[in-house]
Amino acid sequence: MRRVLVGIKRVIDYNVRVRVRPDGSGIVTDGVKMSINPFDEIALEEALRIRERGEADEVVAISLGPDDTQQQLRTALAMGADRAILVRTDLAVEPPVVARVMQKLVERESPIIVILGKQAIDDDCNQVGQMLAALWDRPQATCASKIEIKGQTARVTREVDAGLETIEVDLPAVFTADLRLNEPRYVKLPDIMKAKKKPLDVTDLAAIGVAPTERLKVLRYESPPQRQKGVMVKDAAELVAALRQKGLV
Amino acid sequence: MNRILIVAEHAGGKLNAAVAKCVSCAASMPDAEITIAVLAAGGAAIAQAAAGISGVARVVLVDHPANEPALAAVLAPQVARLAEGYSHVFGPSTTFGKDLMPRIAALLDAAQVSDVMSVESARRFRRLVYAGNAIVTVEAVGDRQIVATVRVASYQAAAAGGSAKVEAVKLDVALPAHTRFISVTAARSDRPDLQTASRVVSGGRALGSAENFALIQRLADRIGAAIGASRAAVDAGYAPNELQVGQTGKIISPELYIAIGISGAIQHLTGIKDARTIVAINKDAEAPIFEIADYGLVGDLFSLIPEIEKNL
Repeated sequence: MRRVLVGIKRVIDYNVRVRVRPDGSGIVTDGVKMSINPFDEIALEEALRIRERGEADEVVAISLGPDDTQQQLRTALAMGADRAILVRTDLAVEPPVVARVMQKLVERESPIIVILGKQAIDDDCNQVGQMLAALWDRPQATCASKIEIKGQTARVTREVDAGLETIEVDLPAVFTADLRLNEPRYVKLPDIMKAKKKPLDVTDLAAIGVAPTERLKVLRYESPPQRQKGVMVKDAAELVAALRQKGLV
Repeated sequence: MNRILIVAEHAGGKLNAAVAKCVSCAASMPDAEITIAVLAAGGAAIAQAAAGISGVARVVLVDHPANEPALAAVLAPQVARLAEGYSHVFGPSTTFGKDLMPRIAALLDAAQVSDVMSVESARRFRRLVYAGNAIVTVEAVGDRQIVATVRVASYQAAAAGGSAKVEAVKLDVALPAHTRFISVTAARSDRPDLQTASRVVSGGRALGSAENFALIQRLADRIGAAIGASRAAVDAGYAPNELQVGQTGKIISPELYIAIGISGAIQHLTGIKDARTIVAINKDAEAPIFEIADYGLVGDLFSLIPEIEKNL
């Protein structure tokens, strides 16, 4: 069985205007729309395409989070994942814990590929994929914009500061998805109905055997300083004159 | 004493400018002793450049043919070995550092603080989350080592004039063969580097085509600026990915940022909020970019760009 594991994180929808609670204790989440982290959606789409090309047989969506995370896993099943696993926790787990949980699931599921989003749009950490690859002692290809599977190896094009880098890795390996890897499919109504019948296992950290150790204590949240709105100039001449006066051109 | 090991990014025999910014971040910690680790294949000149950064106490040079081009899986076990005895391991929040540092953190069983924007104490840091919509203050629990990436846009480069000693080190670490570099397609350019340029001209979807994007290049060349692009422009194929500015692209802090035909999605604004002066040119007077621009000009970019050039 050639299996692909996909990490799914439940995050505040990317269209929501995020606000800090007045007491600085966190982010306003009451009544806020939650979604699959957009990069994870891209990761899932890639896993589905790999399976549809016959290079893998099964796609398993996995997540850590509160009970409500089942909604995002049902969406993943509706997109086309074969089954899902939720490791239930109400704690705000940090990347090292997530990586450990995924390592445990990797030991159980023996995937040829694990794909995650390159970062979650809530904490913007960009850590879990790399940490999992280290714990698993396997290759990593982060910020992937193209993945070609060739038997027991993969060629991955990565978006790097210099441009596009291509590396070759032996499988199994961990990939993280960048924006231009693909465009995720839309979920159709019949697929949502079908997804209700697909297996979604719910387990917890104790059963997996990972302690939710706190490494970084969050002391407070604050709103960033706002830039002041400037002035409107009427034409190009006025703009250039203003920039010249400030010594900018 | 806080002993900080900074992993040097370099390419083509040159030290990346982000390293001197990491030094500034490390030096803002109380009682800091800073070491730079250069992992290279024939890196004597790079190590010398690192030794010349003011505030650096020591440079360790690990020469190994496998160290270039840099692969995180190859570098991480070496850095983890070098990190023995250090309280902190820092790297730049570039694609190099983002790829490498969490792999090191996992090997050290340490937490990582991503994108440090300020140091409050040896174990307390501030960083941006939610695409820059919130700042969070975090404190490392216990006495474990701390791995961090430094948000380079938040720091000025440390000055030159240092004279640290360079120490060549041989490491007895097994290096993996499971990851192999194939190629990199870097757009060679004589233009200023986007991440360190003092002026940047960026184009958005309103340019309409890759051909029209040449207008951005022309204006940038005229004022000696680097070129940037919005995600929409990159997705549409008007500009290559390495020019993308924003939450998932490059975070920059130039003296002057000129956004042309960019509406100003929150993810883009995240990448430019540290720019000293922002100029926005857009035909939609309601575009969100005008809310944060120091100078706004409403109009058709195809007529305004030539007019700006005429006035320069």
